[in-house]
Amino acid sequence: MRDLGPILRAMLRNKTGAILIAIQIAVTMTIIVNAVFIIQQRNELMARESGLDEANSFYLTSVGFADDYNPQNTTQEDLLALRALPGVVDAIQTNAVPMSGSGWSMGLQTQPGEEFDGTGVAVYMVDEHGLNTLDVELIAGRNFNQQEIRWREPAARTWPDVIIITRDMAEALFPESAIEEVVGKTVYINDDQPINIIGIIDKLQAPWVGWGSVERAMLSPEQTLFNSANYLIRTKPGQRNSLMPQIEEMLANSNKGRIIRDLTTIEDTRERSYRRHSAMIKILLIVVLTLTLVTAAGIVGLSSFTVNKRRKQIGTRRALGATKGDILRYFMLENLLISSMGIALGLALTLGLNMVLVNNFEMQRLDWYYLPFGMAVLWLLGQLAVLGPASRAAAIPPAVATRSV
Amino acid sequence: MISYYMKLALLSLKRNPLLSGLMVLAIGLGVGACMTIITVNYLMSADPIPQKSDQLFYVQVDSWDPHESRDERNLPPDQLTWTDATNLMAAKRAYRQAAMASSGGVVEPADADAKPFNASIRLTYQDFFAMFEVPFLYGSPWSAEDDANERQVVVLSKAMNDKIFGGSDSTGQTLRITGNLFTVAGVLDHWQPVPRFYDLTTGAFNTSEDLFMPLSLKMPLELDSSGNVNCWKEPEEPGFKGFLLSECVNFQMWVELPDAGDKAEYQAFLNNYVNTQKELGRFPRPLNNRLSDVMQWMEIQEVVADDARIMLWLSFMFLAVCLLNTIALLLAKFSAKAPEIGLRRAIGASRKEVFIQHLLEAGSIGLLGGLLGLALALLGLQGVGALYGEFADNLTSLDLPLVLLALLLALIASLLAGLYPTWRACQVNPSQQLKSQ
Repeated sequence: MRDLGPILRAMLRNKTGAILIAIQIAVTMTIIVNAVFIIQQRNELMARESGLDEANSFYLTSVGFADDYNPQNTTQEDLLALRALPGVVDAIQTNAVPMSGSGWSMGLQTQPGEEFDGTGVAVYMVDEHGLNTLDVELIAGRNFNQQEIRWREPAARTWPDVIIITRDMAEALFPESAIEEVVGKTVYINDDQPINIIGIIDKLQAPWVGWGSVERAMLSPEQTLFNSANYLIRTKPGQRNSLMPQIEEMLANSNKGRIIRDLTTIEDTRERSYRRHSAMIKILLIVVLTLTLVTAAGIVGLSSFTVNKRRKQIGTRRALGATKGDILRYFMLENLLISSMGIALGLALTLGLNMVLVNNFEMQRLDWYYLPFGMAVLWLLGQLAVLGPASRAAAIPPAVATRSV
Repeated sequence: MISYYMKLALLSLKRNPLLSGLMVLAIGLGVGACMTIITVNYLMSADPIPQKSDQLFYVQVDSWDPHESRDERNLPPDQLTWTDATNLMAAKRAYRQAAMASSGGVVEPADADAKPFNASIRLTYQDFFAMFEVPFLYGSPWSAEDDANERQVVVLSKAMNDKIFGGSDSTGQTLRITGNLFTVAGVLDHWQPVPRFYDLTTGAFNTSEDLFMPLSLKMPLELDSSGNVNCWKEPEEPGFKGFLLSECVNFQMWVELPDAGDKAEYQAFLNNYVNTQKELGRFPRPLNNRLSDVMQWMEIQEVVADDARIMLWLSFMFLAVCLLNTIALLLAKFSAKAPEIGLRRAIGASRKEVFIQHLLEAGSIGLLGGLLGLALALLGLQGVGALYGEFADNLTSLDLPLVLLALLLALIASLLAGLYPTWRACQVNPSQQLKSQ
């Protein structure tokens, strides 16, 4: 610590260099901490589960166009054929697919009347095979039975009498009740049409991954009579890829009055829906890495320069009895001082940038532990960067002092 | 003299190749990162139709729920009901007007071997093409009579014409679409506005549609509704017609109003229209009708993604770090040259000459850094393209103004970085330097 005096005096004589490096460290810390925070948040977003058997499920769209196209017969025949295929666990017709980005939403309310607000919910129209195909677990109540499934005309205005909802939706509607008590309760759709909740499932995401209430979904016991319908198919493990072309061909050949399109795996759907997040993560990772390298290289470059400039001085110190360790310590300590100034400024800038991001974009407040983490990283970075030049300084022989005077 | 200084500057750069390389790399990285992100932001917020973006207005009327507004900002719904779209079209109160909606359907090529396929369709009116200056390869837009008489006519995109008719002039040919026979009125040349401003309610960077046909056909042919359908109350009558006559919004409308007087008149007309509708028991909310020009509409619909704006902030800070780095390194370098500068000053070089010499050195670092930055920006844009896939297809091309901007940015950055160290170099006191030799 006795080096502190000389270091400070030397720094005061060359303020600008030290200040520049300190600011650089501060800005680097600001970017790194905020970027890592964003990366972490996106990772959490992407880690959420849809509820489906993602690795073994896929879907396709069947669009009827012939004049004599019959949606009801086609759906019945298709589902029979699909469910009979070896390798298929189960299959349903559905109006929407989790994470796909397009779907149907409604509002459910606990009291009738248009003056009450509804709670938004994603609607999946499925039959009694829904739970099995979607790979969701019934945690209370019961599944639909076959008699409850109805055919939905295009532009129908009414809803079935019973639904199954997700645990999250149950908690949103009845925050006071235990899950088991929600079964049997009545909610209202379209302001005043009553619906009875017959079951609760553990987890099923809405089609929109960017929606804040993505865990709120309901199953409605219906099959659509639209010209365009989706089939969601769940296969046995490992059989998805071989079944996909087989099923596409089977359906295309079974009825020439329609086309089969958009054959898509759930894994691809996930990748597509989260692509902008995974892209952001990768870009920020590159930024963090490059920035770390630039700052480290800057420190190395600058301290090498200082060392070269002070060769004679260092030699003199060595000649007067300073050990190699003393020289090393001098430069390490100098860097530690500059880093600390930078980090102090960096703390303020980091919080400032986070505030800007919170105010202008839908971002959250930084968790406190990111700050000590950032400080540690920058200190370590500075010490590692200066290690090379400092050991070269320590290696300067005392004889240098006697040369070229 | 300048060429001599240039030689000196290059010599000085060569003397410390590692340090010079580090400075060039730092500026290159900073400029490259900035340019990549600036390009993406620039293309996202680009004016897609600069010659008349201030004369085209998106129409919004507040037909929404009396109990809650459509949007936290109390904006009217972003689309119109069928009733309002057709009423406003029939009124014909703007210089040009086009209501529109997105749809889709199965196309059955006449060639029996060709498989039927699904195509995206834009339903609109004749004025769409003139209003948005859509280029035609063959034929022309359909006529106002076609709109009025619900004639089955279609305009094909270039890609669609290539696919179905092998790129030949197909005007007058017939084509089965959605099970109905259509006559080809015209074929477009390549047309892809970025952003696809005419319909921002679905993806702002989606590709333009395969087929265009009259919106008036929607009711008789019961054409599908794509895009977003939002309703605050259920249709009162069943069936397709019930849906069209409901308060559900699924339609967009643009009007062309050449000057400010026209806009005021149209705004008055809209208010008047809504007031007459109120007498019929519709429009329960207070009067809230809007006309937004292209750039305003893009702003309201938040076309520039938050992520792109966050990255813009970060990339400028990144550039700042790179510049600080360069300043510190230049400062160190020039201070090491103090004895040399002292000597030059002592044998007659003026401060100005020393200044120019070192600014040239800083400038050449900037230029090299700029070139490196440009290469890195091209690489970066490729990377962005690969990471974002088809979403970024129309967002990752570098044009000449952007290239110039990159070089300018690098030059300004490096001169800025060079200025202080150079000034310091000029302050060298020759006698002191000579004494310590």
